Amino acid sequence: MIETILGRKLGMTQLWSDDDRIIPVTVIQAGPCVVTQVKSVKRDGYSAAQIAFGDVKEAKVNKPTKGHFDKAGVAPKRHLSEVRLADDHSVKSGDVFTVEGFEVGSKVHINGVSKGKGFAGVMKRHNFRGGPGGHGSHFHRAPGSIGMCATPARVLKGTKMPGQMGNEKVTVRNLEVVRVDAEQNLLMVRGAVPGGKGALLTIRKA
Amino acid sequence: MDIIRAIEQQQIRDDLPAFEVGDTVKVHYRVVEGTRERIQVFQGVVISRHGSGNRETFAVRKVSFGIGVERKFPVHSPKIQKVEIVGRAKVRRSKLYFLRDKIGKAARLKERAY
Repeated sequence: MIETILGRKLGMTQLWSDDDRIIPVTVIQAGPCVVTQVKSVKRDGYSAAQIAFGDVKEAKVNKPTKGHFDKAGVAPKRHLSEVRLADDHSVKSGDVFTVEGFEVGSKVHINGVSKGKGFAGVMKRHNFRGGPGGHGSHFHRAPGSIGMCATPARVLKGTKMPGQMGNEKVTVRNLEVVRVDAEQNLLMVRGAVPGGKGALLTIRKA
Repeated sequence: MDIIRAIEQQQIRDDLPAFEVGDTVKVHYRVVEGTRERIQVFQGVVISRHGSGNRETFAVRKVSFGIGVERKFPVHSPKIQKVEIVGRAKVRRSKLYFLRDKIGKAARLKERAY
């Protein structure tokens, strides 16, 4: 059984729980995903399934990609991803799976690409305190000391410094599935997930 | 986006009366105590309505034993059994926070028929 599904983040809203409390939820349009290739121990050295998700115009797909989908006998999709399987699986090329495989109340791990913040300073990137704003202070948002003197005479690896923030792969673990709408292929999980609206997400059972 | 709007639309209650800021209301609120459930009535003046859609809330202020008490309720909360409009007042602003600084007779609003 495939325990992973691809989806698109639609945004956040709130729902009422059974005991009438507000639950913040992220709405994800997940699946249906289709298996486009099965990798086996015999041929590839490991077991895995390649899954595809998302509609794409046929004219936008180049010939090699189309050939790959034709081989599996499925219409071209926008995104491809590979998931590892147990060696004794029964997954076949062309299998379709949906959000119905997810149970309300179960936990999922979700990963995606976080919103890019560009080249950020230490206050934004690492929550440094910064200096005073005024009173003759000339030290505002700079990182301050980044190490010692003649010993060790270098900057230690991993020192927190300015640099690219966001636009990286982030996994949020153990999010609770609050609602599953098989009709509209919707999955609602408690809490926030990486990326903006429309971001591609990988949802994996915890 | 429209899917999210549809989800939010489902939660909106249309069974409550259209009360406004300045109205005196009785809010019948379900309270769960252990396993028992009862209705608690909170009566006071609506001093604000905040937000829109399914996130909208309203604040009710009353003076209880000389102490001002304010409570915020989500408008579309399933815990609200009903809202009764007891009186209405003529008000010229959307938030009646100035009532917090008024005591006794000065904290009255100009009533109007409803």
